[in-house]
Amino acid sequence: MLIFEHSSEGRRGAPQAPAEKAPLTAIPEKLLREGSAALPEVSELQAVRHYTRLSQKNFSIDTQFYPLGSCTMKYNPRACNSLAMLPGFLNAHPLTPDAQNQGFLACMHDLQSMLCEATGMAAFSLAPMAGAQGEFAGVAMIEAYHRSRGDDARKEILVPDAAHGTNPATAVMCGFTVKEIATLDNGDVDIDALKQAVGPHTAGLMLTNPSTLGVFERNIEAIAKVIHEAGGLLYYDGANLNAILGKIRPGDMGFDVIHSNLHKTFSTPHGGGGPGSGAVGVAERLRPFLPLPVVTEEDDSYRYLTAKDCPQSIGRLSAFMGNPGVLLRAYIYMRLLGREGMVRVAEFATLNANYMMAEAKRRGFTLAINDRRASHEFIITLKNEARDYHVSAMDFAKRLLDLGYHAPTTYFPLLVPECLLIEPTESEAKEALDGFMDALEQIKHEAETNPELLHAAPQTLPVKRLDEVRAAKQLDLAFKKQ
Amino acid sequence: MSEVPLELKYTKSHEWLRVEDDGLVTVGISDHAQELLGDLVFVELPETGTEFVAGDECCVVESVKAASDVYMPISGEIVEINEALVDEPEIINSSPYDSGWLFKVQPSAEEIEDLMDADAYQAEIAE
Amino acid sequence: MPFIPHTENEITQMLETIGVDSIDDLFDEIPAHLRAGVLQAVPHSMNEMEVSRLMKQRADQNSSAICFLGAGAYEHHIPSAVWEITTRGEYYSAYTPYQAEASQGTLQLTYEYQSMMTALTAMDVSNASMYDGASSLAEAILMAVRANRKSRSRKILIPTSVNPSYRKAAHTIVNGQQVELIDVPYDSASGTVTLEQIKQQTEAHGGDITAMVLQQPNFFGCLEEVDAITDWAHDNNILVIAVINPLVMSVLNPPGKWGREDNAGADIACGDGQPLGAPMSAGGPYYGLLCCKQSLVRQIPGRIVGRTIDLDGKEGFVLTLQAREQHIRRSKATSNICTNQGLVVTASTIYMAIQGAQGLENTAAACHANNNSLVEKLIAIDGVKKAFSAPQFHETVLQLEQQPAAEVLKALMEKGILGGYNLSQDYPELGEAILVCTTEMRTEEEIDQYADAMRDVLSSGATVASLAESA
Repeated sequence: MLIFEHSSEGRRGAPQAPAEKAPLTAIPEKLLREGSAALPEVSELQAVRHYTRLSQKNFSIDTQFYPLGSCTMKYNPRACNSLAMLPGFLNAHPLTPDAQNQGFLACMHDLQSMLCEATGMAAFSLAPMAGAQGEFAGVAMIEAYHRSRGDDARKEILVPDAAHGTNPATAVMCGFTVKEIATLDNGDVDIDALKQAVGPHTAGLMLTNPSTLGVFERNIEAIAKVIHEAGGLLYYDGANLNAILGKIRPGDMGFDVIHSNLHKTFSTPHGGGGPGSGAVGVAERLRPFLPLPVVTEEDDSYRYLTAKDCPQSIGRLSAFMGNPGVLLRAYIYMRLLGREGMVRVAEFATLNANYMMAEAKRRGFTLAINDRRASHEFIITLKNEARDYHVSAMDFAKRLLDLGYHAPTTYFPLLVPECLLIEPTESEAKEALDGFMDALEQIKHEAETNPELLHAAPQTLPVKRLDEVRAAKQLDLAFKKQ
Repeated sequence: MSEVPLELKYTKSHEWLRVEDDGLVTVGISDHAQELLGDLVFVELPETGTEFVAGDECCVVESVKAASDVYMPISGEIVEINEALVDEPEIINSSPYDSGWLFKVQPSAEEIEDLMDADAYQAEIAE
Repeated sequence: MPFIPHTENEITQMLETIGVDSIDDLFDEIPAHLRAGVLQAVPHSMNEMEVSRLMKQRADQNSSAICFLGAGAYEHHIPSAVWEITTRGEYYSAYTPYQAEASQGTLQLTYEYQSMMTALTAMDVSNASMYDGASSLAEAILMAVRANRKSRSRKILIPTSVNPSYRKAAHTIVNGQQVELIDVPYDSASGTVTLEQIKQQTEAHGGDITAMVLQQPNFFGCLEEVDAITDWAHDNNILVIAVINPLVMSVLNPPGKWGREDNAGADIACGDGQPLGAPMSAGGPYYGLLCCKQSLVRQIPGRIVGRTIDLDGKEGFVLTLQAREQHIRRSKATSNICTNQGLVVTASTIYMAIQGAQGLENTAAACHANNNSLVEKLIAIDGVKKAFSAPQFHETVLQLEQQPAAEVLKALMEKGILGGYNLSQDYPELGEAILVCTTEMRTEEEIDQYADAMRDVLSSGATVASLAESA
């Protein structure tokens, strides 16, 4: 039932607004609205009950194991939320003079420094509001860098075929053409294909390491050399930073520009689809191009750098300062971890993934890539099950929901048929991992003996499988009162 | 096994072409293409009167799984579009070679003979 | 070990299963000479008690001045229930609703948000949100370029009465796509953009314009002549992109109704959703609203939820129109956007449900009345005058005739008043000018306090002339 269907004409959620409507003096009639907007008319209790009950129809980290590959669904510590919502932060107007905003700016400045240290980059901007916007800022900086040197022929961005869809979409947004580079069966980039592809037209390569295939790119030094010798720059997509935090730094691998998904590695909440943060870091030669604002320290006080300070900046990405509430949560999380905790993130995320991978193999599942270490995630391919029992990766995913587990990422990366990309994260205990593997093994057995059970799943959730064709064809995108 | 009518011409990007008696060329997407896409939910047709060069993107067919460009197989002007697809894109699924045609072209060059025949296309999609 | 549950015993068992001796062995594919040392610049770990102490100190360092500052972010009352429910783990710690059956909460809520936003704006379609108002304007511009097939110019008119930060962000974001953003100067008397100036710029740029942007209320708080401009734009094959404050649309003519009835409305509406339940929070997270006419639905970027049925015919909700998004269409996607601002939209939906149309209208009207009251009191002071003649909504430009705006604002701050936005950098032609804003939160006493403080500052301070002399 929709909130609109709880509505009764004339009912109000008073006393949350002024009781009377003040006259709209000095506004010409033709600029005023005719009639009220058709919003729900419910009591506060009705609204509270409706949205509390709706929340109960969600799976979430707080209620279920959520091994969604490439998304790093780790525990979101409650302290990060409550401390980021202290009144001193919540009530700060974004245009408050820097002198009256020192507490907040100090946190942002420290966060920039910690991100530099953790990634081996020279400078950071916290401006991008999501991973995709971080990518945009990073690639726009690559463009600005080449342009500033009069190197105008560099119009092509290279992207491995296993990359996230945002990579090619971003490159095109920045005015580049995209060339895909093949990946070898062992998960590494095909260096020969890369050497063939580079030239004076190469602006850069976008790379995720560990890759979306869940393995560390062993030839990273050779790749960096090929790109740099061709005059291009190396872009690091930080989607999988959780796997290597404190173990190896993108800056030390030769990357010139990176974005870090703070909502993955640094545990800010995913919020049912944002807000995120895609902070960008750069090597020294790209520092002048960082998006604004950036926080700097001068004489023991902090201030925002402006376009006057940074004339070569690619500019602003938002009206104010990205997503400060998200940045505060990441900052608090990093202070809780400290330098000791950061290394353990990568260690235990990797331990959990390799343990699950060993268990998957022991239980008869086919791995997408054999004889490699898993990073913080790994891939099972269900192509044999699909062939023998006519069940798909999607069927496995839906049946897992019935058994109380959020499904892993399905059908990504696109290169692996019928795949499940599984990322447990460091914050899950061994019993959760074992429980999930038991469920997966049970489903494999069901696929052999009773595939209908998989086809008909889920049965225990608020709805069964939904008609996506109908949704796309008979578009119903907003409630209209009959 | 997808249907590949013998009398049509084909492209690698899965468009089919039929030369009509009046010299116009009818274009659609192949049975194989509609199978790959699955249930079609929307078709964005070109405007009549628009001129294209062979290889231009001229139209988008969209399913739940993918939005796929249709490429102009030959150079020419769009003279007619299949309006029925606006409300019922699923016609392409049920009748890709007949009532599911996309548009008709007045060709501006002799390019059609260079395209694949049914045997060549059959071999192409068998790979 | 923060947030890592493993016991020594479990670690041993897990390593045995994997077949390695130590956790470090799991990293043996990483070239040894590249391995990181200790992260010296990251401080040592703190426990929650210590971090709480630190964050409270930092939060207390921030100002608690009375806020008369707007300029794109507004201090409104937010019912306690809004964020209490929004931060429930089921909303807070869920991912994008890709597994629809396990995400009906977020999906239905998003559908309700889309319904409320279309009701408020009188537009046909709303997406599930963009990052913020500024980036949503940039995406609206790119969307208009894709949608207006009759225009080949990729030229967009933007009045300088549109929020300067929005214009800057739009420049950054559309920069790589050969889109030309053309400024249209505002009229210095009214503070709004006139049809004459729009026509002039159109002619000066060859006549073929793809779209034009119109902010209501504009950055100065002035109300634009939206009807006449929309009609003229449509007659000249120019799409209209509205930038709006959604709260204010509860009482002003919404973008879906701009212009004459047969060709009604802006084609695209965007703006910042912050006034609807998001705290100011030093600049975010807010969210960008993005709405359009039905005919443009396949050009709208970002996520969008549709209502459908399940196998049993029961109502349910799914992400739809995904074929145009980056994870499927990659380099040909409508935008690279993937994550949006879901959690803030959750708060905003609950806010709108609790307030209802009446609550929004009363709130907006109170803002307007309070601002009128403040402005009346301030312009009664010697040396303060209103800059523009157009009707205003909850923000007003005031010119200071005797003292530099920066000095006045600083002196007000010392009296505990955040007195407004200094316009001198973005609009030097206005001289010493500030943008003041009053919301429903300000009491009559606070308004008097501001007026008294302003009177004190102006009567005690040095004049512009005397400052210039001493310089």
